[in-house]
Amino acid sequence: MQQFLQPAIDLFERIPLLGMTVAGLTVFGGMCVVALVLVLMERKVAADFQTRPGPNRYGPYGAFQTIWDALKLLRKEDIRPTAVDFWVWFAAPVIVFVAAFAAYVTIPFDPVLYVKDLNIGVLYVFAIASWGVIGVLMAGWGSNNRYSLFGGLRSAAQLIAYEAPMILAALGPVALAGTLSLRGIVEAQQGVWYVLLQPVGFVIYLITAVAETNRTPFDMPEAEAELTGGFHTEYSGMKFAMFFLAEYANMVLVCSLATVLFLGGWQGPWLPGFVWFFLKVGFLVFLFIWFRWTFPRVRVDQLMVFAWKVLLPLAFLNLLLTGLLIVLGVF
Amino acid sequence: MYLQQYAPEPDSLESQDLWVNFGPQHPSMHGVMRLLVRLEGEVVREVVPIIGYLHRALEKIAESRTFPQFIPYTDREDYLGAMNGNLGYVLAVERLLEVEVPRRAALLRVLVAELNRIASHLIWWGTYSLDLGGWTGVTYGFREREGIVDIFQDLCGARLTYSYLRFGGVSRDIRPETIQKIKDFIPFLRKMLGEYRTLLTGNVIFEARTQGIGVISKEEAVNWGLTGPNVRASGVDYDLRRDDPYCLYPEFEFDVPVAVEGDCYARYLCRFEEMYQSLRIVEQVLAKLEPGPIQGKVPRVIKPKAGEVYLRTEAPRGELGVLLVADGSPTPWRLKLRGPSFNAVGAIPRLAQGWKIGDLISIIGSIDIILPDVDR
Repeated sequence: MQQFLQPAIDLFERIPLLGMTVAGLTVFGGMCVVALVLVLMERKVAADFQTRPGPNRYGPYGAFQTIWDALKLLRKEDIRPTAVDFWVWFAAPVIVFVAAFAAYVTIPFDPVLYVKDLNIGVLYVFAIASWGVIGVLMAGWGSNNRYSLFGGLRSAAQLIAYEAPMILAALGPVALAGTLSLRGIVEAQQGVWYVLLQPVGFVIYLITAVAETNRTPFDMPEAEAELTGGFHTEYSGMKFAMFFLAEYANMVLVCSLATVLFLGGWQGPWLPGFVWFFLKVGFLVFLFIWFRWTFPRVRVDQLMVFAWKVLLPLAFLNLLLTGLLIVLGVF
Repeated sequence: MYLQQYAPEPDSLESQDLWVNFGPQHPSMHGVMRLLVRLEGEVVREVVPIIGYLHRALEKIAESRTFPQFIPYTDREDYLGAMNGNLGYVLAVERLLEVEVPRRAALLRVLVAELNRIASHLIWWGTYSLDLGGWTGVTYGFREREGIVDIFQDLCGARLTYSYLRFGGVSRDIRPETIQKIKDFIPFLRKMLGEYRTLLTGNVIFEARTQGIGVISKEEAVNWGLTGPNVRASGVDYDLRRDDPYCLYPEFEFDVPVAVEGDCYARYLCRFEEMYQSLRIVEQVLAKLEPGPIQGKVPRVIKPKAGEVYLRTEAPRGELGVLLVADGSPTPWRLKLRGPSFNAVGAIPRLAQGWKIGDLISIIGSIDIILPDVDR
């Protein structure tokens, strides 16, 4: 891999602008493909849980179904409700979309396959991923629809509540590795994966990650049975597709981060690094899909109570204990 | 510019009420019903149900149809419990006609009524799971119901609107293959109900969403006219099959599940347990089934003598009352149907007041309303 990519890396180091453009397009295109594959995976796994065949018409095992769906969404008329606050409404999916994809630049998929290794990588990912909530709020407000407004407000409350324990859980591996760089954290897990040293942190991270990506059982912002479509009720066609892709891109993002922080990133025997990375991400994504298709949805206030009264103290305790053990020299 | 409408007045700090329309097209309205909901944040302060989107004037239609012609309309009153709809109407007319129903036909009536009750409860189970965000339950519920629908198709050719019952009997005899099908189906459903328990009943989230939600006391439940599993969940031990028997129900052994909590979870458990009890009745019917005629002697033209009859049966959703007034002509002079769902809709404002939006959905799902039965 290193040798194969070396000429390109040399070229990009000489012309940084070209390098950035190519890297951006690669991340964007790659993640779009991953999101499309993921939609198919979700539909197939869900179909399996529900004892039905799922998409099976286009391509082998319905493999092209999501591509057709995406093309269909692109071709659809872009309906603009008369009552919307146009610029707020228009910008919302763009912000959500960009936030979901921009965070990928620091994720190390492989020892060499990454765009930029920032020395504040963890901080950067959380900061960028937090943009998404602004877009959701704008969508809820700008749509001028009461269901959307509820969805947007719920989303804001939920994401703020769950971000705190999530970051606290992510600080455990940071403390262990002694670096904020994602690449550094993966390299520090040479011997033992942090999921073994941080089991509580891992569980907290997983739960909050489900909430961060607005998926069942924490899919308050779009709770179909209550709010019809939540914040994206008034969106159709391309704009809806952007929300949709962003949701799946976000899911891959939190799973990638979990892989980097807890599951040893690209490390594993025999297979090349990026294969291991995507296998681990795929496993976590499968967990997410499993949750979604078996659990009912919690209520909005139960969700808040769970975040503030259970997860946050637990995450604090976990971090304190980790720090204590590091100081005592156990880890 | 529209946003100004909802924003508070600039010179006051009072907040405005938020009225939200739930329905008539809404994912968790079971049919076309509209709820006007006044919200204070997430809290439901007031609910105004608006019904009538499915009104077909069934009662008025009855006055221009002959007695047998109205049987297919009773299928459409509560289409998930069509056999039970048939049963209530047919029994009322038979009481006016004073005809004898052969034993085999009477047993078949109990059989189809109980199977239909299970089918109706299976759909309720699936949609309740869906209302609470569990997408998988709905496919399971419909899959098992399919077995019952297939049995009915074997029996009478129809899958939803059966019109199986006739005055003095039933339209077709049951075939041995169909009996075998039912015998195979009973253990299968028992196994599946066990699976349902592991999927939903013991789930922590499910319990958090239903326990203690939408509580209604014994007295209030009676005063609001709730019937069937809804009132049994509040501690009223009352089941028309046992307390005001019709058909051959006194011959069968079954328990009436009663809970005392009166919340969504109690209503859920009552309905769930009823499926087991109905299976018990079905088993007993099959054991008693003997060859014989399926149609009693009825006049060629159904012309009951003038009179009035009120008859109530235990439909899947509660008490189905039929008031029939005949004047000696071949058409009813007046028919009044008392459906269980209508009263249940009336109780939604009482049940949902003070709870959150999510609870409102949970409550509507737990009382198991069906809109054609509300509007008629």
